[in-house]
Amino acid sequence: MFGLVPHAISAAGSPSAAALFAGLGAPSLAHLRPLDIAVIAIYFVMVIWIGFYLKSKANTSEEFFMAGREMTAWIAGLSFVSANLGSLELMGWAGSAYQYGILAAHWYWIGAIPAMLFLGMVMMPFYYVCKTHSVPGYLKLRYGQGSSTVAAVSFAFMTVLMSGVNMFAMAEVMKIVLGWDLNFSIIVSSLAVAAYVALGGLRSAIFNEVLQFVLIWGGALLVPILGLVETGGWTGFKARLAQNIANGVTPAGDYTHMWRSMGHFADNPMGIHWTGIVFGLGFAISFGYWTTDFLVVQRVLAANSLRSARLAPVIGSFFKMAVPFIVILPGLLGLVVLQNSDGSLMHLVGENVVAAHPGAGLHSYNEVLPLMMVRYLGPGLLGLGITALIAGFMSGMAGNVSAFTAIFTYDIYQPHIVKHARDEHYVLVGRIVTIVGVIISIGAAYLVMNAAGIMDYVQALFSFFISPLLGVVLLGMFWKRATRQGGFWGLLIGTLTSIGLWAWVKADPSALRYVAISPDAKDMAENMYRALWSVSTSVGVNVIVSLFTKPKPLSELTSVVYGVTPLPTEEPVPLYKNEWFWTAIAIVIFFALNIYFW
Amino acid sequence: MHSTDIPIWFFIGVLLIAYGALILGYGLYELGTGTMAVQNYHASIWWGGLLLALGLFYGVRFRPSRNG
Repeated sequence: MFGLVPHAISAAGSPSAAALFAGLGAPSLAHLRPLDIAVIAIYFVMVIWIGFYLKSKANTSEEFFMAGREMTAWIAGLSFVSANLGSLELMGWAGSAYQYGILAAHWYWIGAIPAMLFLGMVMMPFYYVCKTHSVPGYLKLRYGQGSSTVAAVSFAFMTVLMSGVNMFAMAEVMKIVLGWDLNFSIIVSSLAVAAYVALGGLRSAIFNEVLQFVLIWGGALLVPILGLVETGGWTGFKARLAQNIANGVTPAGDYTHMWRSMGHFADNPMGIHWTGIVFGLGFAISFGYWTTDFLVVQRVLAANSLRSARLAPVIGSFFKMAVPFIVILPGLLGLVVLQNSDGSLMHLVGENVVAAHPGAGLHSYNEVLPLMMVRYLGPGLLGLGITALIAGFMSGMAGNVSAFTAIFTYDIYQPHIVKHARDEHYVLVGRIVTIVGVIISIGAAYLVMNAAGIMDYVQALFSFFISPLLGVVLLGMFWKRATRQGGFWGLLIGTLTSIGLWAWVKADPSALRYVAISPDAKDMAENMYRALWSVSTSVGVNVIVSLFTKPKPLSELTSVVYGVTPLPTEEPVPLYKNEWFWTAIAIVIFFALNIYFW
Repeated sequence: MHSTDIPIWFFIGVLLIAYGALILGYGLYELGTGTMAVQNYHASIWWGGLLLALGLFYGVRFRPSRNG
């Protein structure tokens, strides 16, 4: 998985990008009627309208790159969670749910919620109070220009590459689901994204993410609702599933519990262990992505007050907890409701099986969501579902491009190329870089088209940087003694550790038993433990080097480090507007869900 | 946001009104002609109606003149 999937989390184990496409069947899955085409066309008109409308609101650099820091908690929160709710993610995790059961929900709950709440309640004050424009900008304030530039260059490079991969992914899915031409999809989507981001900047990207959020729920929520109606609710579904397993028509397995089979790597089909889920996914990967990936943090930095900035991830966490309802549940329901044309139960298979039997009419796991849409959604509604997928792709591209533009202009162009120019100059550079970013993305899309294997390497590249960066940011934020040299070497050696472990397993797959500490571990476990090792190394090296080097004076750490940052006193608000109250509610729901599906 | 801005919720309202009207309209047409697929459970009607109602709420509640 890639594209809109969180880079680090995607690498953590959802189906690989190359596999996703290799397995999708040849004939198109759905046929759109004029009403569906009208629904899609209306969406494009709307996004261009928004872009043109917001052009007049993006005149200063603060407006263009940071949306004027005027976003309410709700808009920032929905945009924050929407930046992570891509179409390939929906399709890939629905396929994983069909294959592995509700275990896939770990990536939505423990793999996201604690990190989102930690960002809002603990880290956001420092990001917000220091008025940084970006995560590399924070590194510059805390550790100096060196670490910042390394982070900025790697992020800019990866982001624009990811945008291209995203673009190709969308074109490929549209070709397979609808039979659309690849070039048509790439050109139309890139023109639309270039237009509305270059016109309206981050505000335009954020507005479209909120729009996408509404479309995804409006287009996809109907599928699980109708599926549950057909199966007689959750209880009816479980009864039908148990009957299918007893009759041997569905492979045996525990599809409806999340933690019971986590005691040993061999007890579950994913080949993972609870320590990997809790510490690897729940901490190293999830915290790395949700708290240091600028693509998502940028949305929260655009909030109109510290309270809004803290509340935004909390609001996002509630919707994130609900996402399995439109992703995991359709995958599970597919196990019992999908039928072949002769009325027999449909069996989805792995991508390699589909590829080995061309023309046999087989469908892969990753097609479960489009198949469910086709089953339940009639004309108009199907168009809405497809529009939701397109919107997911496009807002993901826009997110990548707007983040790339901000990082390039603020953290590369301004400090290294033109240091002191008028504000209008940087806005113009931002608009030009947006167009250039889209052009590079198109180039990357065609590059990937000719070498599909590159996609999985792009995913891996992202995972190399995210976890070590987490170690550096956390230590910098909460330990006054961390030094410039400690941060630099921690980031560098943590990254090299991640690359080294990845290369080791790539060269010798049996090395997985050492990386994931078990001979029964599978691919997903490797990503979790690799992230854990790299963040541990990053922190360890940072601590050791810092203890032997000279720390910054405390006067230079004001507003970037815990203990020397005076946090602004916020006006008292009623309980229902208090961020701590909603955080407590989110924690209760998080535990309740995990216990219910234990 | 400036007080004279069009809020995002208004754009969402307009979009939902358009989608709701189209989908509800088609659902009613299907109902009249008896072409509804069994597994749809008349979804076009009630889902289209829901989208339309939400769209009207957001479109009216956040219409620009209220903020001007």
